[in-house]
Amino acid sequence: MLTKPDTEASGVVALDDRETLVEMQDLEVHFGMRGNVFGRLAGKAAGAVKAVDGVNLKLRKGEVLGLVGESGSGKTTLGRTLLGMNRATGGTIRYRGEDITEFGERKMRPLRRKLQMVFQDPHASLNPAMDIRTAVGHPLRIHNLVSSDAEYDAKVTDALERVGLTPPERYLTKFPGDLSGGQKQRAVLARAIIAEPELLVADEPISMLDMSVRAKILQLMLDLKRDLDLTYVYVTHDLASAKFFCDTIAIMYLGRIVEYGPTAEVFADPKHPYTKALLAAIPEPDPTLAVERELLRGEIPDAAKPPLGCSFHPRCPVALAGCGWEARDLRGLLERRWLELPPAEAGKERALFGDLDALSESGVTSAAVTPGRGHSAEDVLEYLRRLREEASAAEPREPFWRGVITMHAEGGRAVVEFSPSQDPRLNLLPETDVQVACHLYPGSGG
Amino acid sequence: MTEPVLSVRDLRVWYGTERGPVRAVDGVSFDVRPGETLGLVGESGCGKSTLGRGVLGLAPTVASVDGEVILNSKGGKGRNLVGLPAKELQKLRGPDLGLIFQEPMTRLNPLMRISQHFEEALHTHHKDLSKNELRERAIEALRGMGIPASRYESYPHEFSGGMRQRIMIALALVLRPAFIVADEPTTALDVLVEAQIIKILADLRKNFDTSLVLITHNLGIVAEACDRVAVMYAGHIVEQGDAREVFANPQHPYTKELLRSTISLSTTGLHFIPGSPPDLVHPPEGCRFSPRCPVAMQGCAKVEPPEVVLPSGVHSVCWQQAIEVDPSMADELGTGGREPLAAVKEISVADEA
Repeated sequence: MLTKPDTEASGVVALDDRETLVEMQDLEVHFGMRGNVFGRLAGKAAGAVKAVDGVNLKLRKGEVLGLVGESGSGKTTLGRTLLGMNRATGGTIRYRGEDITEFGERKMRPLRRKLQMVFQDPHASLNPAMDIRTAVGHPLRIHNLVSSDAEYDAKVTDALERVGLTPPERYLTKFPGDLSGGQKQRAVLARAIIAEPELLVADEPISMLDMSVRAKILQLMLDLKRDLDLTYVYVTHDLASAKFFCDTIAIMYLGRIVEYGPTAEVFADPKHPYTKALLAAIPEPDPTLAVERELLRGEIPDAAKPPLGCSFHPRCPVALAGCGWEARDLRGLLERRWLELPPAEAGKERALFGDLDALSESGVTSAAVTPGRGHSAEDVLEYLRRLREEASAAEPREPFWRGVITMHAEGGRAVVEFSPSQDPRLNLLPETDVQVACHLYPGSGG
Repeated sequence: MTEPVLSVRDLRVWYGTERGPVRAVDGVSFDVRPGETLGLVGESGCGKSTLGRGVLGLAPTVASVDGEVILNSKGGKGRNLVGLPAKELQKLRGPDLGLIFQEPMTRLNPLMRISQHFEEALHTHHKDLSKNELRERAIEALRGMGIPASRYESYPHEFSGGMRQRIMIALALVLRPAFIVADEPTTALDVLVEAQIIKILADLRKNFDTSLVLITHNLGIVAEACDRVAVMYAGHIVEQGDAREVFANPQHPYTKELLRSTISLSTTGLHFIPGSPPDLVHPPEGCRFSPRCPVAMQGCAKVEPPEVVLPSGVHSVCWQQAIEVDPSMADELGTGGREPLAAVKEISVADEA
């Protein structure tokens, strides 16, 4: 069995001494939304999707950094922004001390030689009409790195040999359609390394490949790193491969980093409830390890209207009072309850409420509920109090009620007031190298 | 033991190509009992999806299908689905047979409301139901999958990927089929949503009496959601048995290698299977895995291995186990047949998948 080469020996301490290659500070990538015709005519801004929202990361030479998260967490956008493929709307990315967020295409182009990308789908990242010789050598032509055809061929041959496509002559004239998935990804890697890059951003490089091929490509990437002194940013949703492959790991949720630290430490003792949930959700091929587990409810929220406070609080099983509870969470709570009740009972309870749409605005910390026809505000309050009573006896505890300060009637409506909240900030935990953005740990507030 | 809902015997699905027939499924036999979940695992191109489709009579028209697929459900009445007229099969789809597809994003009609999807499915098979009854049954099925009734009139694009997959499952379940094939139902989904869907599928057997064939390349999912597992390689089932038993104690060399090469949280070193799966137009002689098998013998490359039932109840198609069960079988390998096969060393990296 092949074991993980040198990276294991070079622990965190060794990494600390190495030079910093890339440093991101408060990096923001917001995408403006166009909105509808009327909004545009009225000159109203339609808002923005905060794909990356205030990220601070440091990448040292020779490091393998894992960006891990679900779709919509902003991990791919972050990786692309690093290479100038998306524009940063705020913050800086320093590559060897120079801020590249301000670079135009002309200044960026020579840099792209040093910063390369490997995409998820090997079938889509090679031009089907280009033979392997042309495709793999393309960067040489673009960056004018060769003076003769002989030199060109020598470099292509060398790159193919490095990625294991040997004998190279067999592949030079082939087209992507003649290659298997794993061979295509090898060709893509050959193209990525041919211009002698420093940094490789690999966006889910193995997720489209078969189980028995994944290990081969990961091994190849480790070999290339060792031989060519590469630094990797490994973007993935697969915690298992990240655990094996990365030195440091950044867990992302809705555009923010929620946990960041040395891989071994993060996996040995995950701190953020989201990291814990992700780890618990991985199906293990060993049935003796599979245990009944509490699954996280809901799905990653709409990035255009992120939850108040900590974005993760609506799904968090251990959320506290100050995590950002708001009117939308009350609606979520009621809808979840009604889904579980028999339809007739759910209908009866639903009738207590008038229009629930008032509860779908974002950022409302004082929810005013209109009672349904034939009901008073007092009926609604009585119902809500009963729910709170029931919840206090149930296990696991419903964290929602921690966020409710008061419930009272006002002007014929039932008003539910929520605790004021703070956005958790990434904060280094004492006696560790792990940073966590979560109110469960002291020091993360505002 | 209860009678199987579905009993497949020596099923073959071959595709005609210019180079000759592709033997995508080549003599496969298995049973699925009521309420049981069978996991079908293998790499791309091993024929697992073709098998899933073939069982439901959905193999493409260019394919030739041979063998027996006996359906013992209410509507199936012990008939062989292979060779059943299209009209008869159509009647079975829904009330007896169901299919859950891989990509929830593309399988719902974007121009139809969720309600219309359900009404169409229910109306086709239950002409006697009134509009209200249709609605009630549909909403009940959706509720079981965690989709609130208030979303009943929404369009597919208004739902997330995970919700769409749950709608697809509800749509397959609304007619209470006795037998469902789920073809990679979680492949396009996120880890957490995937876990939710697996839980729903695992709960199916508790809440309904539905039998399920779960096709996947993710061994973790099988370990978690399946009672039994069948491992496919190059158009054959090479090992099948109780999921716990097979994962704890894999017998066939391919199963062992596949489990070893899977990257999981407990992975400390990378392992992979040399070579690539064979061309199914000209599959290797003898055992199809022999060119990549670390314990292959000379005879393995010449004589096809028999299926043996091991004391644990696991079926394995491998000469190693056959000889273990009955040493006299070694004679079939001929003289020198038990000498190790050195073929594995000759595979260069370039031939890999």
